[in-house]
Amino acid sequence: MKVSTAILTSALCLGFALPGAANRVFVSNEKGNDVTVLDSDTLEVIGTYPVGARPRGITISPDGKELYVCASDDDLVRVFNPETMEETHTLPSGPDPELFVLHPSGNPLYIANEDDNLVTVVDTQTHKVLAEIPVGVEPEGMGVSPDGKVVINTSETTNMAHFIDSESFEIFANVLVDSRPRFAQFNDAGTKLYVSSEIGGTVSVIDPETQQIVKKISFEIPGVLPEAIQPVGVRVTGDGSKVFVALGPANRVAVIDGETDEVQDYLLVGQRVWQMAFTPDEKYLFTTNGNSNDVSVIDVAALKVVKSLPVGQQPWGVVVAPN
Amino acid sequence: MAAPALGQNAAETQAVRAAVLRVDVPHLPPISRLDAAPQDLGFAGARLAIEDNDTTGRFMGQDFEALEITATPETAAAEMDKLLAQGIPFIVTLADDAQTLALADQAGDRALVLNARARGDGLRGKDCRFNVIHAAPSHAMLADALAQFLMWKQWPDWFLIAGSHPEDVALADAYRRAAAKFGAKIVEERTYEDTGGSRRSDSGHVQVQQQMPVFTQRAADHDVVIAADENGVFADWLPYATWDPRPVAGSAGLVPRSWAPSLEAWGATQFQNRFEKLAGRPIREEDYQTWVALRMIGEAATRTQSTDPAALKDFMLSENFEVAGFKGQKLTLRDWDHQLRQPILLATGSVTASVSPQDQYLHQSSALDTLGFDRPETECKF
Repeated sequence: MKVSTAILTSALCLGFALPGAANRVFVSNEKGNDVTVLDSDTLEVIGTYPVGARPRGITISPDGKELYVCASDDDLVRVFNPETMEETHTLPSGPDPELFVLHPSGNPLYIANEDDNLVTVVDTQTHKVLAEIPVGVEPEGMGVSPDGKVVINTSETTNMAHFIDSESFEIFANVLVDSRPRFAQFNDAGTKLYVSSEIGGTVSVIDPETQQIVKKISFEIPGVLPEAIQPVGVRVTGDGSKVFVALGPANRVAVIDGETDEVQDYLLVGQRVWQMAFTPDEKYLFTTNGNSNDVSVIDVAALKVVKSLPVGQQPWGVVVAPN
Repeated sequence: MAAPALGQNAAETQAVRAAVLRVDVPHLPPISRLDAAPQDLGFAGARLAIEDNDTTGRFMGQDFEALEITATPETAAAEMDKLLAQGIPFIVTLADDAQTLALADQAGDRALVLNARARGDGLRGKDCRFNVIHAAPSHAMLADALAQFLMWKQWPDWFLIAGSHPEDVALADAYRRAAAKFGAKIVEERTYEDTGGSRRSDSGHVQVQQQMPVFTQRAADHDVVIAADENGVFADWLPYATWDPRPVAGSAGLVPRSWAPSLEAWGATQFQNRFEKLAGRPIREEDYQTWVALRMIGEAATRTQSTDPAALKDFMLSENFEVAGFKGQKLTLRDWDHQLRQPILLATGSVTASVSPQDQYLHQSSALDTLGFDRPETECKF
């Protein structure tokens, strides 16, 4: 019943495709073992669908046809049809997949295996493992350069960003950052790499050419204990002008000037904000708030939180379908 | 402060040597068979720490090892001598207060001692030593952590029951201090004499069912019973058996701890998974404390890019040192007594019910310094 309503709703949406049309927003609920699907236009919940045990990392193919979910406790990546939310197949992921990143071309998929100190590379077409790359302890953050040549993994206990050659699968540089690096994100120009350190409380801005840290961004919020400021998710606008950093139990998203790397603003969102995703037109930024079990919707131009939407139990990751 | 880019393979691998010295005191079995000490207590934590350090060390050209030494109170000094003779610069000790102090004095400036078990406030106070770092939390930190929660819960009237062993008396002192510090009132105090018995015998629970209500009878009006029982003699028999229907905390019921196998937040799930895969059992506090002690050494080696013991010691004791320990914030050392600052978990048998410091207790430098002896109060003089 739920599923058929969902199909109907999305069919209607497609039927009335308007400028800035609705995109599906997929939120993985770590404790709920499901994904909540939202409509980016009406900002309503479309439905909730089971996706396997402990879903965390979530992403979608560039053509919008395959939705990938790290089912951490199933030791698998499950692949769904984003329209029907039916599982089409699984991908071998290595144990405890937490977070992954797709090559810009849509293939392969680079997966961090948190319990096993590996990055697993999987071909999304043949469903075969192409390589297992040994990295530091507790690999989590995964980033890929816009030209697809460099894959970044951050290891949370080793405290490094590992630079991996996407063709040879060899690590060619390691950059020591502050404690518990969670996330790695390039700007679209490929000139800056942002690595968040959850316990260190900083974001390191790394020059991808030289693999040197050019700046460490720190955060200060009146009335919030410094220990509660724990940067996790990072997203950069397409033009590189604004960088958004989710600050975990500080319940804020920091807005950073992409030129100067200075903090401009803090936006109050739900509790324990970790991951974020833009709509393709960058009108909205969605944030997952794990302790308040909701998603905050940020109006990117106005830098205002316009809505919060209840989702499932302990929302972890979020991705928005492409146009 | 730009960090250097590190090559994948350093030319030459350098070793950092450490040892874990566990001094086992013969004990009667614990009240619950679930609490029986595993053979690899502490050592399993050491193995995980060395694995973690070595994985990072691969990228740094560093290699780590930790010898695992078991001793009795009689053989501990001889074992320490052997380690010192081998020139091992870092020795993690799992021993009681008196033994820890004796081992520290024996090591002198030849080794840095990392205390992963002893909780006495004296070791961090008048008996403090410059060559000791305390990875284990102190009695005062544990008592303050519980006190903050009880005050938040608005249970300020405490009925304190302490055992008759010296460690119990010391722990009871920590609860008296915590009560004064946070505005609670100890309305009744009793001592539970350890006369033997009542442990794990067929008749134990039968006896105890009669004993505990009578023992707790006619206490002044109280909100909560606090047990100070470091040797596991009686506290586990208190819940559901008190004369007045009151919750029990301290050494049973809601227990302040450095670690609990139930913790899931802050990446703890991954840490628990890795430990359980390696050891085949849930983690204990001694394992966590040993793990964090050895991780401190590893972290110092990574950050200084050195394996020189003197450089590592200096860095660990400097204000730049911090280590992540799956407790949601960085852990640092107090320069006044070398105690590792750390959040304290408040755990029941099955869940981590809360974590202190509680949000409403503020501090001018670190909220973690609301737990234990703060700089102005310390009796430690190095």
